[in-house]
Amino acid sequence: MAAPDKRVTFDEIVGEIDDGMTVGIGGWGSRRKPMALVRALLRSPVKDLTIVSYGGPDVGMLCRADKVAKVVYAFVSLDSIPLEPHFRNARQRGAVATTELDEGMFLLGLQAAAWRVPFLPTRVGLGSDVLANPDLKLVTSPYGEQEQLVAMPALELDVALVHMHRGDQGGNGQFLNVDPYFDDLMCSAATKSFMSVERIVATEDFLKEGSVHTLRINRLMVSGVIETPNGAHFTDCPPDYARDEAFQKEYAASAKSDEAWDAFRAKYLDVSEADYQKAVTS
Amino acid sequence: MSAPTRAEVVAVAVAEAFRGDGEILANPIGTIPMIGGRLAKATFEPYLLMTDGEGLLIENIMPVGVENPEKVIAAWNPYRSMFDIVWNGPRHVMMGATQIDQYGNQNIAMLGGTIAQPKTQLLGFRGAPGNTINNKTSYFVPNHSTKSFVAHVDVVSGIGYDKAAKLGAHAARFHCLPRVVSNLGVFDFETPDHRMRLRSAHPGVSIDVIVAATGFELEIPNGCPETRLPTDAELQLIRDVIDPNSWREQELPNPS
Repeated sequence: MAAPDKRVTFDEIVGEIDDGMTVGIGGWGSRRKPMALVRALLRSPVKDLTIVSYGGPDVGMLCRADKVAKVVYAFVSLDSIPLEPHFRNARQRGAVATTELDEGMFLLGLQAAAWRVPFLPTRVGLGSDVLANPDLKLVTSPYGEQEQLVAMPALELDVALVHMHRGDQGGNGQFLNVDPYFDDLMCSAATKSFMSVERIVATEDFLKEGSVHTLRINRLMVSGVIETPNGAHFTDCPPDYARDEAFQKEYAASAKSDEAWDAFRAKYLDVSEADYQKAVTS
Repeated sequence: MSAPTRAEVVAVAVAEAFRGDGEILANPIGTIPMIGGRLAKATFEPYLLMTDGEGLLIENIMPVGVENPEKVIAAWNPYRSMFDIVWNGPRHVMMGATQIDQYGNQNIAMLGGTIAQPKTQLLGFRGAPGNTINNKTSYFVPNHSTKSFVAHVDVVSGIGYDKAAKLGAHAARFHCLPRVVSNLGVFDFETPDHRMRLRSAHPGVSIDVIVAATGFELEIPNGCPETRLPTDAELQLIRDVIDPNSWREQELPNPS
């Protein structure tokens, strides 16, 4: 069998992300987020990123750490804690620019980028203040009633970061929870995509883990793969592990003051991934 | 059977919002909306299809807030498939609303300030624009006051009848807001210009209280009825089957 070996290190991934780039982050809310990769970004000097995400703590942490110039999102939530406190603080300080979309428009933007078309038409957004954003334009149907539709522009990404349950060293990826989210679209919408996985397995062992339907990401979509056990912590990653609700509360409480954030950051973020994992499992 | 609580009356009012829906996806969001939707399926709308709150469609009447409930799984419905249903149409969603106005415009995104710097950042638009332009959307507001029922919403997330009318009949042909259920009463838009109307006041709530808690002029029909009480069979389903841990009383405590 001939397949490429795309295994990479945290440093190699972060080295591909330059100031000002547009970075898509997979998962949904506080679910199967590539948190080990987010933590690697937090340890790096990169800044002025545009983050495109069905947002959870990835968005909150990157905003709090002043990594973000702009967020493209439909929501930012920790699920069991509905409002992401760091993101709220950033918004209420006017610290980040935003493009706020409907959840489905967001999907269409990724799909348009993945299919390499400039936009996809939809009626979603008509009449709502989503269209207060001057970057969103209408298009007239050339057919039938010639109705006006929203032309959802392609959300082109420089880099996508996703976390899957299993992967092989060639970059094929497998999800084992109910919902694949939009991670494959994120990868296809990006120039380069990096996938962290709970475990790297031999290609021939994928079907011991789950059915063929769980093989959602193929290696054409992926530039590099890295094994990061517990790498979605503290977000939800069943069946491997559930959200760490106690830790999420601790994270949310770090939004209360600069001192609280500094202490959280020193303990959990200004350390290597290995030390983070030791700190959260001890 | 002890007397029904306000939460139980409201759950039945939610169920009534789905009456007549037949075979569609009933997608109530929140504890009491889920109780009400499942009650409708367990009684007068058996062909409703409902989610487990995540990525599955289930056929059994699942209890709310119970660890590892039994699920009779009928279909796989990850988020991507949910958008397929929303945009295809056979769905009635019941969302929350931080603010709602007299035409049913809903805001869950932000309060005050500007879009660049809101005074209070809320959830975001979530799926509200897509829901309201594509399928039936009802609302559940457990804290009816002049802060939630407002003359003008700060931001339009879900579109109301005035916004839909401006789009024209063709563009807005799928727009439909059947019902608003609050802790005080039940409301609809069945007026000539689709302004909000009091459909029924919950037992024990005077119309004056509702008017005082509403930040716009509400249509009040003559002889406005009371919201109907749950039947004994409905109470038994709510208390023993759908919400055995009484989460409904936490979401909407009984008025003292």
